[in-house]
Amino acid sequence: MRDLIESALKGLNADYVEIRIEERETTNIAFRGRELDEIGQSTGKGGNVRACVKGGWGFASFNSLDDLRAKAQQAVEQARMVGNERTELADASPVVAIVPPHIVSDPADVSLSEKHRILEEYLDLLWGGPEIQTSSLRYADGHRTMYYGNSQGTYTEQARIDVNFWASAVARNGGEVQQASISMGSLGDFGLVHRMHDTVAELPQKAVDFLKAPQVKGGEYTVILDPVLAGVFVHEAFGHLSEADHVYENPKLREVMVLGRRFGGEQLNIVDGASIPALRGSFQYDEEGVEAHRTDLIREGILVGRLHSRETAAKMGEDPSGNARAIGHQFPPIVRMTNTIIEPGDATLEDLLEGVKEGVYCRNWDGGMTSMEQFTFSAGESYMIRDGKIEGAVRPVMLSGNVFTTLENLDAVANDLDMNQGGGCGKGGQSPLPVSNGSPHIRLRNCLVGGR
Amino acid sequence: MLEEEVLALASQQADQAEVFSVSSTSIPVSYEGNRLKSVDTRESSGIALRIIKDGRIGFSSTTNTDDKEGLVARAVEMLPFGAKAHMEFPDAAEYTHVPTYDEGAAALQSASLVDIGGALIDKMHGDFPDVVWEGRVSQSVSTTRLLNSNGLVAEETSSSVGLGVEGTLVRDTYMLFVFGRSSSCKPDLDVDGVIEALTRKLRWAERVAAAPTGQVPVIFTPQAVAGLLLGPLMAGFNGRNIVQQSSPLIEKLGTRMLDPRITVWDDPTNPYVPGSRSFDDEGVPATRFPVVQEGVIANFFYDLQTAGQAGATTTGSAHRGLASLPGPGASVIIIEPGDTTFADMIAGHKNALVVESFLGAGQGNILGGDFSANVLLGYAVENGEVTGRVKDTMVAGNVYAILEALGALGSEPEWVGGSLQTPALCCNGVSVSSKG
Repeated sequence: MRDLIESALKGLNADYVEIRIEERETTNIAFRGRELDEIGQSTGKGGNVRACVKGGWGFASFNSLDDLRAKAQQAVEQARMVGNERTELADASPVVAIVPPHIVSDPADVSLSEKHRILEEYLDLLWGGPEIQTSSLRYADGHRTMYYGNSQGTYTEQARIDVNFWASAVARNGGEVQQASISMGSLGDFGLVHRMHDTVAELPQKAVDFLKAPQVKGGEYTVILDPVLAGVFVHEAFGHLSEADHVYENPKLREVMVLGRRFGGEQLNIVDGASIPALRGSFQYDEEGVEAHRTDLIREGILVGRLHSRETAAKMGEDPSGNARAIGHQFPPIVRMTNTIIEPGDATLEDLLEGVKEGVYCRNWDGGMTSMEQFTFSAGESYMIRDGKIEGAVRPVMLSGNVFTTLENLDAVANDLDMNQGGGCGKGGQSPLPVSNGSPHIRLRNCLVGGR
Repeated sequence: MLEEEVLALASQQADQAEVFSVSSTSIPVSYEGNRLKSVDTRESSGIALRIIKDGRIGFSSTTNTDDKEGLVARAVEMLPFGAKAHMEFPDAAEYTHVPTYDEGAAALQSASLVDIGGALIDKMHGDFPDVVWEGRVSQSVSTTRLLNSNGLVAEETSSSVGLGVEGTLVRDTYMLFVFGRSSSCKPDLDVDGVIEALTRKLRWAERVAAAPTGQVPVIFTPQAVAGLLLGPLMAGFNGRNIVQQSSPLIEKLGTRMLDPRITVWDDPTNPYVPGSRSFDDEGVPATRFPVVQEGVIANFFYDLQTAGQAGATTTGSAHRGLASLPGPGASVIIIEPGDTTFADMIAGHKNALVVESFLGAGQGNILGGDFSANVLLGYAVENGEVTGRVKDTMVAGNVYAILEALGALGSEPEWVGGSLQTPALCCNGVSVSSKG
């Protein structure tokens, strides 16, 4: 593969060219209700060429690797149509590396019948408890090998194994439908599928309880988030704004996002990094061949860094951070998060609850989105807090806020850091990208809660 | 051809076999920071195999066209664990051709797309120099082939041209986002319409106004109907949710659930509309049918498998990607217009909220018809006039409840994103909450 890529890269008339080729194998198993809905295996192969001429980009993606040289020339021609400025890419030292996948327990070593049998155990758990209307149970594993070379002498081969697991229980009462769900993933560890029993066993009761639970009145509340939901919060409420591709071409936003700006109190520290090992967002080289970093984004409440591709780093005069990622060969790499974390403080959950007269305690997640200025995210479970105590369940709430003011309202950080490895991130039509996020329990004052 | 070879191989090892393939090429050109950023070409092709043996379904897919033996072997390997088949593959059928291919669209080259996008971005940047514009214009041609062991052979090629543009206005930590889009199977994008809509949004958002809160009338523009209401509404009609009895509409066929002014069609036979087609993704002829007729629940969406499970007939509503089995869903949704103009909707209210786009739609309990979202772009109406953009505002409600208590039905239907046509809706029973 190296010869194929390097020979196609030689002597092209461009400022920069890269070629990426991928092979992937995936297995999916899905149950809908008690019945198996889908079991299937897919394989894929394809590649792309990305070229830059005078600051303009050309990109060509394909399934067939025939005539790779012609495809590279086509991408260069496309870039030439666009470019009329100067190519600016931050320096990245050329590397040659072959990186084996991170493996704790390889799903490829487990037979299809065994995977099927394990899922049936979960099905029994979903249907063994209180009466639910239906359930959904899904498992997927994927093995992806990426071959990458660029015109500056970098060549890498990397492989990764992703494992994903989802379960949900749906309860119904007349026209009312409620569901409780869980999403979990791992990098190279099939073992996660052995560790979900307790969590899945609780889902039917939760869904039934949600049906009976009252709805919160919409408005502003003090909100305490568990580590999983706080992870989603940091991803949505700040992480996306730290992606430099949103900022670098917008002069006004560059003024707003100037390094040194205060975003929160001194207890607030946020990092992102693919070099933090063995998490879903971990890797060794990004999709521009830049080595993975660990980037401080907020230190003691102050903006100190951001996430970059080689182009955004050069255009903002900062160092590349190894955050150019693509979900597959059909897409060019864009600036993405990896593992995003609010670092732990000293408080305990009890400290956070103390003095909260009326608030909402939210656990687990259902989704999240951001516009840069505003963000929303949904809790998997919610409970009222009254006089410092967590009380009965309410319908899971959606929370919303302003990126710039909400971090200021984050007034307490606990000491119990935990990671959320479920779900995936979507941006620019590329979804789901494996990422992780994490946090200890955190408290937000004056958080907008949607409701009746 | 490859599809025939795979079908022949698979037919030897299964009672029934079906081959589905898609090949497509597209040329997207993209703009960033008010200027052309990238010209792309994307080619993709792949093939999926579904087989039935001893009442069970096997499935596999690949984008590696050298791998036909592997494709068949993997589908066969799945059979012992496969889902129970509640259907048989259809026989060959006569299709009424629905035109979705236009030579002019197929012939578009990147240079013409750059011209279209450049003119739009330059115009918007000229009119609103403080707004930073990005966007994308693309052309694509896609061919679907479907073959099965009952002798069905179906092939269809479609073209499409699409345009999406987004403007971002930043004033310190105040941000405004406006979107516009247009798509068609022909090279007849409504660029003027996009400019007009973006201009209206930016003018109306010039000032910030306090949001009315509580249970106030909420006017959903066509874009907002697509963004917030369509998902939870259509989930209830999906045959999968009917089979699982997780839809609130079970046993409601023939029952009036919504305001009698509401009639909704699924019409994939609309010529040159992206989403239209002659046959569905299982080779069943596509037809126009009512989903809601004068407020009465008229039909659910079924593919072969869910129809078999429900004891119903497929509605030709199968949709599939390459790597997964088909599932039922809407194709081209048409909500019939009423008699209230958008201007009258606004003029008729002392206090109301107009909503345009959302953040976080699709989260929460959509199976039950609930929606909840942050208003990304919306405007306050006071004494019959738009007074400005609202900020830090959330809306929540239940789609069935608000369409039952419909205030007014708009008289000006618009295409949104190619496969939905709807007028504006003025709804009661939406809860609006806002920060201070």
